[in-house]
Amino acid sequence: MADVPYHNPDYDPVFGDYVALLKPRVMSLVVFTAFVGLMAAPVALHPVEAFCAILFIAIGAGASGSLNMWWDADIDAIMRRTKSRPIPSGRTTPDAALGLGVALSGLSVLMLGLAANWHAAAWLAFTIFFYAVVYTMWLKRATPQNIVIGGAAGAFPPLIGWVAATGSVSIEAVLMFALIFMWTPPHFWALALFMRSDYDDAKVPMLTVTHGRPSTRRHILVYAVLQAALAISLAFTSVGGLIYFSVALVCNVIVLKDAVRIWRRDEVNSEADDFKVERAFFKFSLFYLFVHFLAILAEALLVPYGFGGWS
Amino acid sequence: MSIRVESDMHRRRRSQNVGVAVCLVLFIGLVMVLSLVKITNSGPVEGYDHAPRPALADEVSQ
Repeated sequence: MADVPYHNPDYDPVFGDYVALLKPRVMSLVVFTAFVGLMAAPVALHPVEAFCAILFIAIGAGASGSLNMWWDADIDAIMRRTKSRPIPSGRTTPDAALGLGVALSGLSVLMLGLAANWHAAAWLAFTIFFYAVVYTMWLKRATPQNIVIGGAAGAFPPLIGWVAATGSVSIEAVLMFALIFMWTPPHFWALALFMRSDYDDAKVPMLTVTHGRPSTRRHILVYAVLQAALAISLAFTSVGGLIYFSVALVCNVIVLKDAVRIWRRDEVNSEADDFKVERAFFKFSLFYLFVHFLAILAEALLVPYGFGGWS
Repeated sequence: MSIRVESDMHRRRRSQNVGVAVCLVLFIGLVMVLSLVKITNSGPVEGYDHAPRPALADEVSQ
């Protein structure tokens, strides 16, 4: 973190600038995956308790996003993708982001403990710590494995949703965590392949810079294979079923096909078509995660009607 | 020169104040509803107070 005066003294922030510090787009993914984790759990919470659990998991994720923006303001100002964020664009101060992040972290953990249980609250506290301290402050600028380890923070919400309902961790929760954990690296490495100057300029040690682009392409393939194995295995647990299995099978065949194409391509091919395959892989991977969790949700919602599962 | 009653700064600060106020009201409402749900779902609450409860006394002695 660098002490750079970003704030424009002639600008008073509006409420939306503080909302932007919470990374609303990331929060929407957190809400969705945590909701699926909670709905797929075998224990039903009261709707108000479930709503509060999801809300405070989302606020906890937003708080860690705010702490991330506070610490990373210097590199956010360099990268094209992030330079319009509230701090580098001068709309809020780093101190405001720090204060908001710390306050909402405490509030979200406390309220999740009261609304659901303290086991879930402890997982949320660990997730915020992991994202803000372990990933943002420590690993992001230190190792090319930053995305691999940092991906864990984004993978916790379905597990926290599950624990909020059941009070304990089970194989289903671990596999949902593992699916997002394994999905994150190839998703961001594909992005790094076609947004190369951003990470290079910010001196963030992405795999593309430290190990080279052919190595990144191999890594994408290996992770896509591991991801497919995890996604398919989830079908044979209590949250899976025929619908989920069909979706996972189709999606993973597509991802593996694209991953093989990325692995076989070199920079000349990629430059020639402006990274068409890498861009397609990145876009499809967003859909991939959404549709997997949607299938788990469908399985859970159809059980009372005699569908869902393998029966 | 006329005096501008409302400047852009006022508008922005009002946006902050209204946003914070709405969040606080919603939070208070949420805590109240959550408390009601927790209390009503925790089963009948009965204990010793200043009024005699023979039924409870019998239960304890047994």
